[in-house]
Amino acid sequence: MALFARTPVAPLEYSRTLWMRLWVGAVMIFLYAPLVVLMIFSFNDSKRNVVWRGFTTKYYEKAMGNDQLVEALINSLTIAALATVASLVLGAVAAVMLWRFRFPLKSAIDGTISLPIIVPEICLGVAFLMFFAAVDWPTDLIWPFNLGAIIIAHITFCFPFVTMVVRSRLATFNREQEEAAKDLGASEWQVFRDVLIPHIKPALVAGALLSFTLSLDDFVITYFTSGPDTITFPVKVYSMVRFSVTPEVNAASTLLILLTVALTFVALKLQGVKAIAETH
Amino acid sequence: MAEQDWKTNKRVFAAVSLPTLFWIIVFFLVPMAIVWLYSFGENKGLTEIDISGTLDNYKRATEWLYLTIFGKSFAVAALVTLICLIIGFPVAMAITFASEKWRPWLLLGIMLPFWTNLLIRTYALMMLLGTQGFANKGLGALWEGTSWIKTLVGLQPLPTWEPVQLLFNNFAVVFGLVYVHLPFMVLPLYAALDRLDRSLIEASLDLGAGHFRTIMRIVVPLAAPGIIAGVMITLIPALGAYLTPDLMGGTDSQMIANVIERQFKKANDWPFGAALSFLLIYAMFALIAIQSMRKKVPEVR
Repeated sequence: MALFARTPVAPLEYSRTLWMRLWVGAVMIFLYAPLVVLMIFSFNDSKRNVVWRGFTTKYYEKAMGNDQLVEALINSLTIAALATVASLVLGAVAAVMLWRFRFPLKSAIDGTISLPIIVPEICLGVAFLMFFAAVDWPTDLIWPFNLGAIIIAHITFCFPFVTMVVRSRLATFNREQEEAAKDLGASEWQVFRDVLIPHIKPALVAGALLSFTLSLDDFVITYFTSGPDTITFPVKVYSMVRFSVTPEVNAASTLLILLTVALTFVALKLQGVKAIAETH
Repeated sequence: MAEQDWKTNKRVFAAVSLPTLFWIIVFFLVPMAIVWLYSFGENKGLTEIDISGTLDNYKRATEWLYLTIFGKSFAVAALVTLICLIIGFPVAMAITFASEKWRPWLLLGIMLPFWTNLLIRTYALMMLLGTQGFANKGLGALWEGTSWIKTLVGLQPLPTWEPVQLLFNNFAVVFGLVYVHLPFMVLPLYAALDRLDRSLIEASLDLGAGHFRTIMRIVVPLAAPGIIAGVMITLIPALGAYLTPDLMGGTDSQMIANVIERQFKKANDWPFGAALSFLLIYAMFALIAIQSMRKKVPEVR
């Protein structure tokens, strides 16, 4: 756009026209106002969320003192972390398979791997409910093994996203690099570790961020796969919201929003805003 | 070096394909197959289900009640997609033509809510739209302002403001779904617009077409694949939405996902729920098939 910098508003600088700016501004307000209001009112000294009654942090103390809520948050973070690691490995391996090899039924397998993205959450949730009931999955294991079913379900819907991101990154890989490494005596594993992994690293960071947030975000599938005694953050918040709207929910939500923002900034520090934006 | 044939390097192929195939078969295809089988079953007693090959579940799903719910889900999802397209298109245009410095931040601004927990976003919206929320207060203030102006010019003042019910109705469901799905629409639109050859737009403007005409005749046709992708990416999750209609809807705003959920929790009719799930999946497949058919047409020419 530097090309047009001298003129006041060049024809193509749509984003510099007034009504475009107003439109984008309005959309941003639409997207952020509810979240900002939620965060502000988590500090409101009033049981009912409507009028500002002064600043307090007592709902944070209450939320932190709520054992169930804390347990749910720890569960959710554990699930997200484990599911992310497994999804990264599985997703990267699947991407390499699809990118490197020609094999029978390839397009069918390719399609099947991306199916969990397309199938509605509710159907996937139902499928896991029936599956774990059919195989008599034990529900009384000790922590963290009681989260196994949920983690499995989360890996299934997270890893296709990793595959997708890694694959588009692999498309820009120059295969001559691989050949050069092999000519110089590198083994398959060394090529993978020292040539391929560094190349797909941005995609892995983006995929990890995507998996982690998708897992942390998921309500529907978890709702169907969690046993009677395992509770995750979204499931807990759901029951709290159903029951009554309390500032405690605001406080817990604010913490999670801040966590998301922090994660985003970690990813930004690692990759820069452009790389993250481009992977989507 | 093109793709390798799997036979030339069986060891590596096994290392990358076995975990993938194992996972996708055991933890995706098998669960889906169980749902499919159960959809041909019937309840025998409280927990026992007999897979008898009956088609009763599908017959029941074509009853008027369920057909209207399917129809309504489609209508709501289509409306949400249309609103997202109208709101999102100018935003995508603005991001595409923003300066290098601003573009990533605008994109991030769109993506950050997308990364925020869906439940939290729905809850935030519920707070805002409640009878005591800010949306109602804003409307109330507008109402009183109008009333004041009317008395100023000597007309009868408006009756006192009654808070409107913005939550727990169909309006709330559409509003909530638009709020949640807007980033889904903007990102693919941006991806398509960004690839556009700008000289074509410049040529159109130079040759005397107005901005609106240029957008309609040049930008929209060229960005059509991206627009279709955006529509699909918005339409599909909106059609299967569970949380928004559940929390923000009223008794008459149930969508298909809510009916499915009820079969597994309250109604405890797993076979019927399984049949409804598969009908929803078939509907998705039909949508995707239509899309891929449309995509192939320009390639043939």
